[in-house]
Amino acid sequence: MTRAEELVAIHEKKTLGFWIYLMTDCVLFAALFATFAVLKNATAGGPGGSEVFDLPFVLVETFVLLTSSFTIGMALLASVRGFKKQTFFWLFATFALGVVFLSMELYEFMVLIGEGHGPQQSAFLSSYFTLVATHGIHIAVGLLWMAVVIVRLWRHNFKQTDINRLALLGLFWHFLDVIWIFIFSFVYLIGGMA
Amino acid sequence: MFDEMLKAIFGRLTLEDFIHEPIMAGAGIGMVGALVTAIIAVTFFKRWKWLWKTWLTSLDPKKIGVMYIIVSVIMLLRGFADALLIRAQQVLNGSVELLNADHFQQIFSAHGSIMIFFVGMGIIFGIFNLIIPSQIGSRDVAFPFLNSVSFWLFAAGMIIINMPMVVGEFSTAGWLAYPPLSGLEYSPGVGVDYWIWALQISGIGSLLSGINFFVTIIKMRAPGMTLMKMPIFTWSVLMSVSLIMFAFPILTVTLGLLALDRTLGMHFFTSMAGGNPMMYVNLIWAWGHPEVYILVLPAFGIFSEIVATFSKKRIFGYTSMVIALVAIAILSFTVWLHHFFTMGAGADVNTFFGIMTMVIAIPTGVKVFNWIFTMYRGTVTFKTPMLWFMGFIATFTVGGLTGVMMSVPALDFQFHNSLFLVAHFHNMIVGGVLFGAFAAFAYWFPKFTGFTLNETLGKFAFWFWIVGFLLAFIPLYILGFMGATRRLDHYDPSMGWQGLFIVAGFGVMLIGIGVLFQLLQVAYSIWKRKANMVGNDPWDGRTLEWATTSPPPEYVFATIPTVTTRDAFWESKYGKKKHVEPEYEDIWLPKNSGAGIIIGLFAMTFGAAVVWHMWWLVIVAFIAIVVTIIIKLSDDEPDYKLSAAKVAKHELHAKLKLQEKTV
Repeated sequence: MTRAEELVAIHEKKTLGFWIYLMTDCVLFAALFATFAVLKNATAGGPGGSEVFDLPFVLVETFVLLTSSFTIGMALLASVRGFKKQTFFWLFATFALGVVFLSMELYEFMVLIGEGHGPQQSAFLSSYFTLVATHGIHIAVGLLWMAVVIVRLWRHNFKQTDINRLALLGLFWHFLDVIWIFIFSFVYLIGGMA
Repeated sequence: MFDEMLKAIFGRLTLEDFIHEPIMAGAGIGMVGALVTAIIAVTFFKRWKWLWKTWLTSLDPKKIGVMYIIVSVIMLLRGFADALLIRAQQVLNGSVELLNADHFQQIFSAHGSIMIFFVGMGIIFGIFNLIIPSQIGSRDVAFPFLNSVSFWLFAAGMIIINMPMVVGEFSTAGWLAYPPLSGLEYSPGVGVDYWIWALQISGIGSLLSGINFFVTIIKMRAPGMTLMKMPIFTWSVLMSVSLIMFAFPILTVTLGLLALDRTLGMHFFTSMAGGNPMMYVNLIWAWGHPEVYILVLPAFGIFSEIVATFSKKRIFGYTSMVIALVAIAILSFTVWLHHFFTMGAGADVNTFFGIMTMVIAIPTGVKVFNWIFTMYRGTVTFKTPMLWFMGFIATFTVGGLTGVMMSVPALDFQFHNSLFLVAHFHNMIVGGVLFGAFAAFAYWFPKFTGFTLNETLGKFAFWFWIVGFLLAFIPLYILGFMGATRRLDHYDPSMGWQGLFIVAGFGVMLIGIGVLFQLLQVAYSIWKRKANMVGNDPWDGRTLEWATTSPPPEYVFATIPTVTTRDAFWESKYGKKKHVEPEYEDIWLPKNSGAGIIIGLFAMTFGAAVVWHMWWLVIVAFIAIVVTIIIKLSDDEPDYKLSAAKVAKHELHAKLKLQEKTV
């Protein structure tokens, strides 16, 4: 095997490994969803989902994140074709949308805690905060990763390894989108029913 | 003002936390003393550079595997010391004041946690690292740096779980820390936090390692080695790491939620504000039951290799072996509730899990028969690995049968939490995993050193072990029937249990002698290594790891072998095959990296800081980990080149050396 072939093989291994990591992350979220399902009605005299969720606000949040999935897809396509300016444009757009999403989530948390409905109030709120915040932490990690990738693409002028990393970041971002769709459906829509 | 400042810096750590009762203080001082002695020795002999370059920063799986095994052996001795104390306490039954209740609880909690997480897991990862790459005809694992990170996270967890001997206390809540006992209300101290973070950090290491070996086996097998041509050991590891991938995230969540309960005052498992302690028990066993198969499947694989090699026969029923492994792996996720039939889930649920538990005994039975049929009409030689195998078959079958007894929910209401259960799982884990590890050690030792272990001392060790083992655990079955529950620090003498406890204690002492023989065996074999020098293939092996020199060069294979059949090495020795002059090529190997040990160090700091609520240090350690990762991953040239000429020179040298040895 020549070195060039070997580098391709290394990238293939990384891609498979990353997919597997995502599946383990999926199991992690599955455990958190199960926890939420068990504790959904354990409000202990505190508010239930229908009383604390602001659905229109969350819907906006959802659209922000879904849009960011579209923009990172565009960045990916642009990077593979070598359209540097476009790549940066779409990456910055994704980054901005991610920051908006995270800020909205934090704002939502702050409002709840301000009203006295923090995660310590009841088992339901503990599981709600933990599930949603775990997703949020993943988004924060994704943003940090994105920042590193942007700097590297800029400094090293679109090296193949960085383009490969961007592809993996894309997988991660889409995965978080899928998880969010489940959070929106199960936590906010079903959990928010009166 | 001054107090507040101290609190901000040291969290809840005070000087009093360093004060321990005599036994624990002695152990702590001994541990720190050993560490200091080791540091002084390394400094005195000026070996720091050597240690750093050849071991601590190495990304070579053979080196990492050895480090895993060294850590596991030290932890095995620690866990065994705990076992001695538990037995001594129950033999004496208060006639001599040995341990108080609190200390006794810490000891059995530590014994279980250490034996599973830092002995069992460490040993299997050590063996994976040493054997898997060469057995599938590859030079390395898929992600060498990740492998190093996994090891150092494991080491970090190991240090955290031993910290209570010096500062603070350990958990008193048992090896799985059931809430509400492990919750803040009933365990306000640092003990459970130590337990959580030791397991959390090493658990993340295990998960990363699982992914690593899965990709290694899927992507890096030698050309021609299809899935159904893989050695059974590789198959068992593939199933074991698949279980790790599915089970360990659940452990991460469970420990995380318990940590949130304890640290941020949430209510997942509390008995108030809607918390649900039984959810913890479900979650931990949804990880915990697959975990026992994670440990025992590789042992099955080891025994499959050993029984075939020492019978000079192909493994009997290869396909059924593979199917059994896959079936066990899948079924292991459908039986977790049998750990708590008494929870009150109702007859229907208990019946389902009872039946599934009986079903999982079938593929295991298939394997036992296959091993026995492999020996049938074989040319069997009873070297030490084979003795461990025979011991395994006997004890594991007893353990399996008692397991089936407990799978009947109605009976389990009697056995639950009794010493019968304790005897059962020790039968499985000691008789299965540990005997497997000892067999593997004797079998593969010459592969990595070039000389075999002393047979006589090995046989002494085995016989002391097996006799001691039966004496130590068969009485526990009887005691269980007599109503003795687990984790008793004293009992009423009128129960008439003491005699059997004395027998069990005597058995543990015999095991202790067996352990001494093992240590002696290793020391003696290294000392007299000239007498035991062997060629590359001392057992007439069947699988590819024996195709290289013993010990193997860093790059393992100069040319990657091509596989056409099962037992590829056996075929290449005895089958019809033309000799092909090897064509050497450039080999790329990973450079050393200090990032793994640095990440481990900061992870340890992170864990300890959370335990003691030193929030500033938590933040510093976390940022340090992130920065280290970013710096390391920004290195675009993680490999170095070993030129074809150098490989050729090395191979020629090895050939000459082998001729010298055999002449």
